[in-house]
Amino acid sequence: MKREIWKGSEAIAEAAIRAGCRCFFGYPITPQNEIPEYMSLHMPQRGGVFVQAESEVAAVNMVYGAAASGVRAMTSSSSPGVSLKQEGISYMAACQLPAVVVNVMRGGPGLGSIQPAQGDYFQATRGGGNGDYRTVTLAPANIQEAVDLTQEAFDIADQYRNPVVLLADGLIGQMMEPIVWKERTPRPLPEKTWAACGRGSRDHNNFITSLLIDAPACEAHNLDLAKKTAEMEKNECRWEEILLDDAEVVLVAYGTPSRVAQTAAENLRKQGIKAGVFRPITVWPYPYARLREIAARESVKVFLDVEMSLGQMLDDVHLAVAERKPVRFYGRCGGAIPHVSEVEGAALEAWKEVK
Amino acid sequence: MKKEVILSGFGGQGVMSIGKNLVEAAVVEDLEASWVPSYGPEMRGGTANCTVIISDERIGAPLVESPSEIIAMNRAALAKFEPAVAPGGTVFVNSSIIPDKVSREDVKAVYVPCDEIAAELGNSKVANMVMLGAYVAATGALKQETIETMIAEMFTGKKAKLVPLNLKALHRGMECGRSA
Repeated sequence: MKREIWKGSEAIAEAAIRAGCRCFFGYPITPQNEIPEYMSLHMPQRGGVFVQAESEVAAVNMVYGAAASGVRAMTSSSSPGVSLKQEGISYMAACQLPAVVVNVMRGGPGLGSIQPAQGDYFQATRGGGNGDYRTVTLAPANIQEAVDLTQEAFDIADQYRNPVVLLADGLIGQMMEPIVWKERTPRPLPEKTWAACGRGSRDHNNFITSLLIDAPACEAHNLDLAKKTAEMEKNECRWEEILLDDAEVVLVAYGTPSRVAQTAAENLRKQGIKAGVFRPITVWPYPYARLREIAARESVKVFLDVEMSLGQMLDDVHLAVAERKPVRFYGRCGGAIPHVSEVEGAALEAWKEVK
Repeated sequence: MKKEVILSGFGGQGVMSIGKNLVEAAVVEDLEASWVPSYGPEMRGGTANCTVIISDERIGAPLVESPSEIIAMNRAALAKFEPAVAPGGTVFVNSSIIPDKVSREDVKAVYVPCDEIAAELGNSKVANMVMLGAYVAATGALKQETIETMIAEMFTGKKAKLVPLNLKALHRGMECGRSA
């Protein structure tokens, strides 16, 4: 297959179109403007709709409307913009509407900076909006994976009738790498019999709402959603293990920091220290079970969690490791990207503590 | 084989573009490659840069602290990145507009009068292609034929007439790279 060079944001946009996304609604924000830019040109040419909305809130509610009618719909933004979309994401989760939300994260909190960061981890992995719900959250570490996960995100959304978040950091959005457009086999998916797309020959109207004003009905609905949450947890967890089989120092990182951690681990091995990387690809559901198994290995001495935030995924690493081994942390934030030497130094320090 | 290059110059000097050319050529040669732009609240007329990695193995960190080479198209670029070059690395200097010499003794310096050569060829826009030629010849990172084919494919239709000019610029740069 021919390798082509793509910029992350543009690759995500093209991947969405190839996955059958036909409605894109967005509002500009750096560092993801190439997504709406690409969509504005290509969506109309490919039989789709592009709307630059008046705000992020409007854009996510347009996605809500489009998804309710049964079409594949997407919005994208960056951190402060994604915060604004949380209401819509919660409503879509409540209404069981499939949609894809891309967050190309930048420095926060507030307006923050326009450089890469990962400070939206809690928001993305804990639901983000109000109420009891979760979204499958996919975190690519290279452009090929950004493409593959974007396409799969639409299948996952349709399968569970739930919003899916693609959680990329600004570097993944901006960098270029070679990719191949693979032949995809889409998942077998249920028909969208629930879609509010005109009554047609149906004997009833499909009615989509998140308002369940009686508590017992609302609780029953929540429990139904919880069953789906459990299914997603069971089926959608994924991760990658790099140099991990004999590792004594385990670096845990996702997205760009996982690549920095990989280079750091390779360097440490040249110095005779057995380092490896555990890379969650889904940050929700989090690969707790596998990380727990690794923590139980006799060979594993210490964990180092590396983030472009100040200890958010760290909570999940602690939940998985559960005091079996020490867990250390190294993070940069606000748009700063950790250097290999810094991560290497932090890992070395952690290793010295336990050897 | 692993090359980690930082390319830097004024916006408009084509550093982002030749960085992308390196990635394109690497892909033709079946290598792994990555390109990361610097972006931020940049000032108009300010200095832009990108980091390119070419490797025969999977690329980890896409940003580098000690590049094996830097390409400095303006004075600010040289001042900013010369200290970072790995010992034994190479510094490519656009000597047409950078009066300074490379001060370090543990790196190799390649001086390329990019803008003068481009002016001789009658088009100031090919100064970056001169530098690309110098880089390829001095490092041997990529094959000459690959770059030539890439240039031929880069300009099509009405722009096809630019191919000979760009090839000439590439070859003049290669002479500088070889003799350095």
